[in-house]
Amino acid sequence: MHEFDLSSAIVATVRKHAEGRQVTHVTLRIGRLRQVVKDTLEFYFAIVGKDTNCEGASLEIIDVPAALRCTNCKKEWEIEIPAFICPDCGPGAVEVMTGEEFMVESIEVEDEEDAACTAPR
Amino acid sequence: MHRTKVRVVEDALDANNTIAGANRSDFDRAGVTVVNLMSAPGAGKTTLLERSLDGLADAGVRVGVLEGDVAGSFDADRISVLHIPVVQLNTDNGFGGECHLDANMVRSALPAVPLDDIDLLLVENVGNLVCPAEFRIGEDAKMMVCSVTEGEDKPLKYPLMFRSCELVVINKIDLLEHLDFDIDRLEANILQVNPDATVMRVSAKTGEGVDAFREWMASVSARAGAAA
Repeated sequence: MHEFDLSSAIVATVRKHAEGRQVTHVTLRIGRLRQVVKDTLEFYFAIVGKDTNCEGASLEIIDVPAALRCTNCKKEWEIEIPAFICPDCGPGAVEVMTGEEFMVESIEVEDEEDAACTAPR
Repeated sequence: MHRTKVRVVEDALDANNTIAGANRSDFDRAGVTVVNLMSAPGAGKTTLLERSLDGLADAGVRVGVLEGDVAGSFDADRISVLHIPVVQLNTDNGFGGECHLDANMVRSALPAVPLDDIDLLLVENVGNLVCPAEFRIGEDAKMMVCSVTEGEDKPLKYPLMFRSCELVVINKIDLLEHLDFDIDRLEANILQVNPDATVMRVSAKTGEGVDAFREWMASVSARAGAAA
């Protein structure tokens, strides 16, 4: 259910950067640890974006694996299940390197012809 | 028409986090420590507060409560009989009730909270193990209550929530003798997901273990003074 609110947050962020232009594509980076269900997010994104300049935009989600680092032995590894324990050192301080991202990476917008010439690539 | 790619690279929750930062500034200015209290519905958040808050005055901690609920003021009514300042925050403005508190909802309730008269503000979030973990409200500490009538595998199903909390209170231990519940396995699962968590075993009904929770609140409350 949090996908509804997350979709609202995404649409708000996208609209801020679109500056009124029609949005055709949105690329997100979402870490595995965020527990986001992609299909549900896409479903709500379409609902929240309706009647805005996000309506009809396609959503692309870049999945970021959950990578940990042991602060003791410096080992780095990825996890598939929620086990935040170093396999070598046992319980202790573990840092999350990646997997907590919830970023709008980029958007694609429709520009007027003239503006396109000066738009950064 | 021409399509242009715009690099954004922005946390989609930045807007919420900015407001959470404003809340935090207000709390810091008033010297108030804020605890975000979360759990599944029915785990015993309000009962734990009823059991533990009255003794806090003796420890020199003036406490206030912000009650987040989808609707109604049942929880706030229960707290107010303790003569503790309590503010009810309902989330059902819009279509249906929000399933969590976000920074802006808390901000809207702040004018009603007597920040200058309290040292510790407990924000009882809406009962839910998913959404409240996502939204910062400007708190100093997050904690949760889980109960022995839930499953031992809850931490593995809701790691985002269990990882976000520095304290996990296991409630309803008075029921253990009636249940097939392996509390050690629950605690091991909590620590697998969040090795830094403090875990307490409590019965809000009988009062067992509540002293430890009260001491935790008093120690958290002292953080604001230490930081200032």
